[in-house]
Formats: sequence, structure tokens, C-alpha cells
Amino acid sequence: MTSDIAAILAIDGIATGAVYALVAIGTVLIFTVTRVIFIPFGDIAAFTALTLAALDAKRFPGTGALVVALACLATLIEIISLVRSGELRLLPRALLFYLVLPLAVVGIAWLTMRIDPPLAVRLVLALMLITPIAPLLDRIVFRPIADGTVLLLLTVSVALHFALVGLGLLFFGPEGVRTEPLTSFSTEFAGVLISGQTMLIVLAALVFSGLLYLFFDFTLVGKSLRATAVNRTGSRLMGIRPARAGTIAYLLGSLMAGVSGILIAPVNTVFYDSGFLIGLKAFVGAIVGGMTSYPGAAIGAVGVGILESFASFQSSALKDVIVFSLLIPILIWRSLASLHSEEEIEE
Amino acid sequence: MSQMLSMTDVTVCYDNVEAVRNVSLSVDEGQIVTVIGPNGAGKTTLLMAAIGLLASRGSMVFRGSDIRKMSVEDRVERRLCLVPEKRELFSDMSVADNLLLGSYSLRDRSGVQKTLDEVYDRFPRLKERQRQAAGTLSGGERQMLALGRALMAKPALLMLDEPSLGLAPLIVREIFRTIASLRDLGVSILLVEQNARAALETADYGYVLETGEIVQSGPAKDLIHDPRLITAYLGGH
Repeated sequence: MTSDIAAILAIDGIATGAVYALVAIGTVLIFTVTRVIFIPFGDIAAFTALTLAALDAKRFPGTGALVVALACLATLIEIISLVRSGELRLLPRALLFYLVLPLAVVGIAWLTMRIDPPLAVRLVLALMLITPIAPLLDRIVFRPIADGTVLLLLTVSVALHFALVGLGLLFFGPEGVRTEPLTSFSTEFAGVLISGQTMLIVLAALVFSGLLYLFFDFTLVGKSLRATAVNRTGSRLMGIRPARAGTIAYLLGSLMAGVSGILIAPVNTVFYDSGFLIGLKAFVGAIVGGMTSYPGAAIGAVGVGILESFASFQSSALKDVIVFSLLIPILIWRSLASLHSEEEIEE
Repeated sequence: MSQMLSMTDVTVCYDNVEAVRNVSLSVDEGQIVTVIGPNGAGKTTLLMAAIGLLASRGSMVFRGSDIRKMSVEDRVERRLCLVPEKRELFSDMSVADNLLLGSYSLRDRSGVQKTLDEVYDRFPRLKERQRQAAGTLSGGERQMLALGRALMAKPALLMLDEPSLGLAPLIVREIFRTIASLRDLGVSILLVEQNARAALETADYGYVLETGEIVQSGPAKDLIHDPRLITAYLGGH
């Protein structure tokens, strides 16, 4: 391998890793706040790409129908739960959040489609359509078992992923899509050609990570999310509602996954089931950070991207094997590094 | 003097075991009420039920509203606050952030900075350490932070679970002085303590809880001279 090839592979790996980093940060966010390892995050990313492709082709995407179906189901479950607990006074609020807002998003997207919107608007529409999915799934699937063990939540999360893949086939069909590049700009740096798309991916990852950092460090809502992650009982005693913190985490996580879907769509062909590998590789990155550290997850995800890039050059068929084999030494290292964690938890 | 909290025939069960049985107690506005009793008597359980972390039977009225079926968060929004035995601080976050989160339940945010300044005036040590992570504080500082964080919510009734637990005698005195001074701010206090002498010296009224039941109650100044209590809890003879 020459240094030129190594540089190309490294740049390619950093770009792929930046996409994984966005999903990995979302995964850590959801896990720390809700204890759910949200496997379907990759699916959310893939669905965003498919949504954008449908919008580009001037078709109303299947995501709209998916959001409507989930909103109706979530509203029904919320109403039953309010009736059972005798808290019908909360009904208007529930209807607003679980029915009116998601339907309004679909309505706005549908109306905007009539006027043949430009690319920037289509990007916003794709993100708007995708963000309600995870919070609605949270209400339908995870809220009733919120006090379950991490293993139970993970098992349900895996099942949910398979259900979503099925729904993806139903709503988007079996064809793969590749969207138009967001920019045709390219430049040469030290003899290596760097595409504008690659730069955009890295820039977007940096910007969104930075915004998330600002959100967590400088806003009360961001701090309340961190507090819920650090100490659930303590945060409840401050009046922070874990369910609300969870919804905000799912919204933010979906946004990160959505952005990664938009960034990856012009580079890779995305199918209804492409999300699993994206999610799983981001998960490997998140594990490097111990599922709790955002910088750790981002660095881990970029590492996975670079490793994947070099592995695919050496042996395309074995690239996934090589990437996932990385889990074994990482898990051994983490289990050795966290030998004292039980003592730390006991105050 | 209006009633702040009134519990009538409150029973709390863990599975099928009754940890607290038919307990009735009340706290009036501006009053410090203490519940003393041996380890395992159900004191912490009683407070956990009062804040809503444990389900209970019976009646629980706070400032005129029936709160028994309310969530923890709804009770906190009504300004019923608990400083639990384990403090439950956000150990990775700074002292300042811990205090700020104490005010999370307040809808009107205009007075938050003023309350923060008051808390810093009351606990200058917290101001010195405001950038430090809560997990790195000493035991006494952690208790101060837990108290300060609860005060940030402008509580009408503050429930304190074993505030002196594990602290050096000098710090214990400081904490009890602070608790007594909170009465002047108009904060009512329900204090659960194993350190019966310090608790009764600070409180206006006391209850004695043994094996989940109230066995004695009365003005704190009377209880502190009760021969049975002196033998059982006050280390006297």
C-alpha cells in the first residue's frame, strides 16, 4: 500500500466514521437517559435517506404513513394509560404531543410537496418526518417496560429493529436509493482529492457534536438530561420527569441519526434494511466509549470507520468480520478497566 | 397556623410486608417536626412514601391537595421536597449545576439567581467549590450541597432523611444550626433522625416510630425529658 492510497483510505474512513459518530452519539444519549440500547437507530438513518430520495423523486414518502400509524397507536395507548391512572386532565396535552404534532408534521410535509420545494427544504422535510418516529416508538414500546432490566430493553430493541425493517420494506419497497450529492465541490490537499461531500460529512459531524455539547453544558433542559443519566432518582426528586427526558433524548438522537442518513445517502446506496449495519458499527464505536462517554463514542466511531476503510481495501469480503472482531479486545479491555465499577456504585 | 402536611393511617408495604402501619402525623406551617426511632423502624420508608417513590395506602394531604396518587414530580412542583439519606447528588456534574437543577421545578425563573446567591451566602463552602464536581466533595460538603439543592426549589415543606448520617460531630452541629435557621425562612421541616437528641433539640414536635408504628408523640421539649426515651434513644440513664 502506497502512502497515497493510505491517505485516500484514511479520508474515506474518517468520513464514514463521522457518519457512525453521529449515530453513536445518539445511541449513547438514549442509553444514558433511558437505559435502552436503541438498535433501530441505524434504521432511522436509512429511513431518512429513503425519505429524502422519495422527496427528490417528487413522491410523498412512506414515512408519512408510518408516522400517522405510529401516532394513532401511541395516542390510543396513552389514552388507555390515562384512563387507567385516572389522570384524564392530562388528555389535551397527550393529544397535542402524540397526535396533533406528528400529524401536523406530516400535513406540512404533504402540503409543501405540492409546491416542488428546493433541496434545502426537502432536507428539512426529511428530518421533520423522521424525528417523531423514535419518540412515538418509545411511547408505544419502551415506556410500558421502562423499569425492566437492560437485557429486557435490549431484547425488545432488537425485536423492534426487525419490525421496523419489515415496515421499511412495506413503506419504501425493496429498491435501493442514492441521492444527489449535496455539493459537487472538490479540492486537492497534499496530492489527495477530497470531495465536498466528504468535507460536508466531517463538518456536519463536528457541528452537530458541538451543538450537542453546548446544549448539554449551557441549557437547563440539557443539564436535566445529563442529570437523568447520572442519577435517575435524584433527578426525579428535582421534578425532572424521566419520560419527558427520554422523549427529548429520542428526538435529539433521531435528529443525529437523520442527519447521518442524509449525509450517507449520496455516498452509499441505501436499502430499507441498510440501517442495521450502520447502527451496529456505531454501536461498536459507542462501546469504545463505554456507552457513557460522548467523545469516547465519537472517537470510537471514527476508529471503526477508518478500520473499515482499510479492511475493505485489504479484503472487501472480510471487512465486516474485521470490524466486528474489534469488539472482542475492546470488551476484554473494558471489562478489565471497569473491575471496580460495582464498588463505585455503592456509595 | 395552617396545616402543611397531614398523613392519616398511612400504610406502606414492601411486597406483602407492612414496613409502615397506620401512621398518622401532621406538620404545621413553619414547624419543625421530627420522627425518631431505631434503625429499621420504617422512618425512611415513611419519607419515601410521602414523596411518592413508594406507593402507600391511607390519606396524604399536602397544602389542601390529596397527593397520595400524585407522581414524585407533581409533588415536587407543589414544593414538597426530600433530601434523601443517600443525598442522590449528580456526582459527575459541578456544584453549580447541581444547585441549578434544584430549581428545575420552578416555573417562574426570575428569582433563581437570587435564591442561588442566598444558598451561597448560607453555604460559602459551596461557592468556593462551585466549579468542582459534586462527587469530589467531602461528606459534610455533600450534605450542604444536598440541602442547598433542595432549597433552590423554594420548598414549602422540606423532608430531611438522616441529615447527620456519617458526618463528623462539628459538621452535624452546623447542619442542625442550618436546619433550625430554615424555620425563619418560613420553610416547614419534617426531619427523620437517628440522632434523637439533636433532632429533638431542634424540633418543635416529635414522633417516635418503632417497628413501623407511632408509639409516642408530643412536643419535642417534653419528649426530650421522657424517661423511657432517655433510656432508649437519648443515651441517658
